[in-house]
Amino acid sequence: MERGSREYALWSIAILAVLILALIPVVWLISISLKPTDAVTDGRFLPSEISFDNYKSLFEGGIDDSPFIKPLINSILIALSTTVIAIVFASFAAYAIARLEFPGKRVILAGALAIAMFPPISTVGPLFDMWRALGLYDTYPGLIIPYLTFSLPLAIYVLVAFFREIPWELEQAAQVDGATPFQAFSKVIVPLAAPGVFTAAILVFIFAWNDFLFAISLTSSDASRTVPAALAFFTGESSFTQPTGSIAAAAVVVTVPIIVFVLLFQRRIVSGLTAGAVKG
Amino acid sequence: MEASVQPRPAGSQRTRSEHRLAWMLCAPAVIAMLAVTAYPIGYAIVLSLQQIDLRFPDQSGFVGLDNYKAILSSELWWTDIFNTVFVMVTSVTIELVLGMAVALVMHRAIFGRGVVRTSVLIPYGIITVVAAFAWQFAFAPDTGFVNHLPLIAEDMDWFGGRFSSFAVIIMAEVWKTTPFMALLLLAGLVTIDSQLYEAAKVDGASAWQRFTRITLPLMEPAILVALLFRTLDAFRVFDTIFIMTRGAQDTESVSILGFNQLISRLNLGLGSAVSVLIFICVFLIAFLFVRGFGARVEEGRPGS
Repeated sequence: MERGSREYALWSIAILAVLILALIPVVWLISISLKPTDAVTDGRFLPSEISFDNYKSLFEGGIDDSPFIKPLINSILIALSTTVIAIVFASFAAYAIARLEFPGKRVILAGALAIAMFPPISTVGPLFDMWRALGLYDTYPGLIIPYLTFSLPLAIYVLVAFFREIPWELEQAAQVDGATPFQAFSKVIVPLAAPGVFTAAILVFIFAWNDFLFAISLTSSDASRTVPAALAFFTGESSFTQPTGSIAAAAVVVTVPIIVFVLLFQRRIVSGLTAGAVKG
Repeated sequence: MEASVQPRPAGSQRTRSEHRLAWMLCAPAVIAMLAVTAYPIGYAIVLSLQQIDLRFPDQSGFVGLDNYKAILSSELWWTDIFNTVFVMVTSVTIELVLGMAVALVMHRAIFGRGVVRTSVLIPYGIITVVAAFAWQFAFAPDTGFVNHLPLIAEDMDWFGGRFSSFAVIIMAEVWKTTPFMALLLLAGLVTIDSQLYEAAKVDGASAWQRFTRITLPLMEPAILVALLFRTLDAFRVFDTIFIMTRGAQDTESVSILGFNQLISRLNLGLGSAVSVLIFICVFLIAFLFVRGFGARVEEGRPGS
């Protein structure tokens, strides 16, 4: 296609449109987070002067008084724990499903699919009651357990799709060549499986990082409240000053790392999302 | 499976230990998945048959189907069902059209594919609550820039009316989830043999004809899978509405109703009945889809 041709121009417009639509809300959030407090309501898309006050206010008072630091730590630890446990459980199950023949395999895959469609709100009431009885209400495990449940189906589907592509004969070939079983597994199979495991890990992390329903239902304080839930409570706390600026700043802090992460691993995410949904 | 093993008694010992290993490997995941779905939904059914209000603990007792009667005869439930279905149908329809357009751009663009894929993943990575705040701030009359755009009344109060609130809610939902739709559709697009398009071009088919006669029919399974996932997801809409209106101006969804009963009012009996009804709705949607879907796949098979 030649530059300057009509087709080239049409494609350029289409690509530009997608780019602008995807970016506007992000640019807008950054812009509003940088506006000085008295300019938040000026109605401009971009700030006329830049101030970092909103960011400073987020971290003021250290871990005890800042409304943001503790939820941020909670979010990171809860999402990471969920990811590690989900990946271990899902890898075991996916290995069995991809490599072994056993009765009940189809039931497990169908069950995982059913859980992917399960409405989380239907479990919130019972979990609220059970967690208070078991002492799990407002704790890390109280959130990690439901996140695990609802992220396992995606993790299992992604990993099964990846594990089915691994040439497992290489393991025996390495052993024939004199490798110990452990060497054969760690030097041959692990490197082949790593991209799939990593892809599943990213998707589980994004899922746990994004959740709001469980986070506001099963927590009551900063002891385990995560960022999405804390953001919803920012609004009520300061009735005299507009919390818009601080919400925007907090939103930018939790969004930018994820965007960088997503962009770095975009190929993996695309292959994982499509493998998880279509090959099942 | 068992039958093919039986003629070889030597192998059955190995098969049995392989089964045991497989079950042991699957056990942690299966237990974790059942612990927070099968058991709670059973418990929700038990709770839904009782009067349990944590604010009035001494008035508890078995009430049979009274909670369901109370919900199904209340106007609020049917308003919320309408709202949920309205948001679901509108946003999924728009997403399907936009998602298809984005998928075609990603698939057919001779240049800039990477740029499109990169930008499409940004909404996917953003927390739904954050996206909801971004759109809310943009449309709010005090902080927003939207009312300063041409053609829009400067004093338009988006969150003051029911359908103007829905417009913003749907916009935020569409923005956040179109990428997922586009990626699922792209996965279906890449499986289509490009020779079909060449042949159709030679026969003089226009671009539109090629799209409606080749692309759409061959993509039907991929479209149905994407629609099923997104429809069920959209039926559970909660985060965006909670952040933008909390259900004010008659914009409450069934998930918000369940949350209000369970967590805000601590009425576990009534709230659990709402939960069970939502579960039944999701089950029905999935059931209808799978029935329609199964038949279509059968039709789409070559040689039938």
